[in-house]
Amino acid sequence: MNSRNPNRRGFLKRSAALAGLAVGAIPFTNAETLRADTGEARPPKDLSYGERSRFETSVRTITLGGPRDIIPGLPPGEMGQRLTPLQDSVGIITPSSLHFMTGRGSRLPDIDPREHRLMLHGMVDRPLVFSMDELKRLPSVSRIHFIECAGNSGMSHYKAMVKGLEVANSTALTKSTYVIQQVHGRVSTSEWAGVLLSVLLKEAGVQKNASWLVAEGGDANRHSKSIPLEKGMDDVLVAYSQNGEAVRPEQGYPLRLVVPGWEGVSNVKYLRSIKVVDKPYYLKVETANYTNLTPDGKASWYEFQVGPKSLITYPSDAHQLPGRGMYEIAGLAWSGRGAISKVEVSTNGGRTWKDAQLQQPVFRKAFTRFRLAWNWDGEETLIQSRCTNEYGDIQPTMRELGKLWGDRTQPPVAGSDVENFWKTAPIYEFFSNPIQPWRVARDGSVQDALYKS
Amino acid sequence: MRFTRASFLVPVMALVTSGAAVAQSPTYKVGRPPTESELRAWDNVVGTDGKELPPGSGTAKDGAKVFAAKCSFCHGANATEGPAPRLVGGVDSISTRAPVLTLGSYWPFATTVWDYINRSMPQDAEGSLTPDQVYAVTAFLLFKNGIIKESDVLDAKTLLKVQMPNRSGFFPPKPEATAKNGNWKPNWNQAKPAGR
Repeated sequence: MNSRNPNRRGFLKRSAALAGLAVGAIPFTNAETLRADTGEARPPKDLSYGERSRFETSVRTITLGGPRDIIPGLPPGEMGQRLTPLQDSVGIITPSSLHFMTGRGSRLPDIDPREHRLMLHGMVDRPLVFSMDELKRLPSVSRIHFIECAGNSGMSHYKAMVKGLEVANSTALTKSTYVIQQVHGRVSTSEWAGVLLSVLLKEAGVQKNASWLVAEGGDANRHSKSIPLEKGMDDVLVAYSQNGEAVRPEQGYPLRLVVPGWEGVSNVKYLRSIKVVDKPYYLKVETANYTNLTPDGKASWYEFQVGPKSLITYPSDAHQLPGRGMYEIAGLAWSGRGAISKVEVSTNGGRTWKDAQLQQPVFRKAFTRFRLAWNWDGEETLIQSRCTNEYGDIQPTMRELGKLWGDRTQPPVAGSDVENFWKTAPIYEFFSNPIQPWRVARDGSVQDALYKS
Repeated sequence: MRFTRASFLVPVMALVTSGAAVAQSPTYKVGRPPTESELRAWDNVVGTDGKELPPGSGTAKDGAKVFAAKCSFCHGANATEGPAPRLVGGVDSISTRAPVLTLGSYWPFATTVWDYINRSMPQDAEGSLTPDQVYAVTAFLLFKNGIIKESDVLDAKTLLKVQMPNRSGFFPPKPEATAKNGNWKPNWNQAKPAGR
């Protein structure tokens, strides 16, 4: 969809919502609107499994500039990442069909749940194999949690987006290429249901000296990750359900780990094996990547928890404001360490901040929707949000993030040097959670004011 | 008399046994033990102890042929050209402002190289290499990075002895300790208000 079209669904909805305020720019109570059914002849639909209206076009996009774009002979296929259109989001749940995904290996697994097994082994008294039916006999829980890729919002994704746009024959080149989706779209929230991993571990009997888990998926490249046992005994979920139906194939059908609040790479999909061990296994995704190289040549590893983060989703760089007047600024906040307790919004470049309204109830380690009414005076300005979690952790600006990151190194590296390092070095930076300012221009266009600068 | 003593002891022993059993026995008794063949097939994620490594061996010379046939299409003839990630070179570049991250310059453990090639490569035919081929390709890539000699034989024992150049490039040096304090990293991307 071309989201810059002012007639987009969201705008119409918002206009309707503002009708009582008599500030809507478009007349909406005319006869045309009251008779909106096209009346076009169409074949009857099979309504046994529903689908959205043909007028809805919000879609996931693909990461630009990846190897699949440029290796001749390899079809774009099911590989790589698909990014959530956060610009179209409402509420806190991401539709399963729009949940971001990272496809590892060469193809999407096609697993028959009747054949699927989960094996628990290693340092346990009783190694166990569970069928899907057996897992569903065990006590179940349902939790609302976000999953976010550790690399989300990283400078490298902005660089890839720019590079991808430059590649004329990029298979992924589309008109709708926005920072809010290409840079920030590796995060989504679902209601996940299944069995707590702790139930299975207790059933198998974890031995005394065990301290880590190695989870392995049944996808083509056998994605695997070491996870501390302490987390596994806490709130990790072995999930077979997403948003009220079976977990989608892109999300690990028929079984996946959900590791609440931790980097997405830990949430092993197509889960088939958990080995209880006494040390991490130093696998590729915990050494070769998902490690944070600092300018002094040392890299941090085994970092897990997503920092406090928020983002204005409307208006964002996918939108065009039709004119001055009333808008509801809306966005999402989340934290890997707990519940969001406050989101502040600035509409004047950070000079003053106002508390946004938080949608209740607020779930821990889940999207929290925030909203704030805003009367745009038609002048150029910057709008941005920052969040605080229940422990008082505050989302940093990019400059603060650079300082916090550089302070860890010995000797410390200046924040501005860190920023330059991110911009120039061929690296990925992980756990990036900077405040994202959007620049609203006088013509109503909205642009990224963070990565481009 | 002997019989009476024995029957007196039985309930005591049963009590002790069942006490231990309460702490360790399964609650739901759902699931079954894996078969030997299931364990063999699925217990193959290789850690730094190498306990899961299968028998087999290979040299860089053997690996050059396998690499040319199975890997060079994406990684290039010398494992430097891409377009898939560069695998060779960059040693000593990591602390510069233009780091070149390859398995030679960056990866801290040779077992990781073996494990990734074994289970995740080559793309489109993952897991199709034999153990000998995996040892050989690993040897080839370590040789091209100047880490082992062309004639060195890699097997389940010698692989564990390989010293990777960037072994000490990561912090904290002992990540296993993070499992004990519950203070999950990172804590650096969370600004605190003054005075809190």
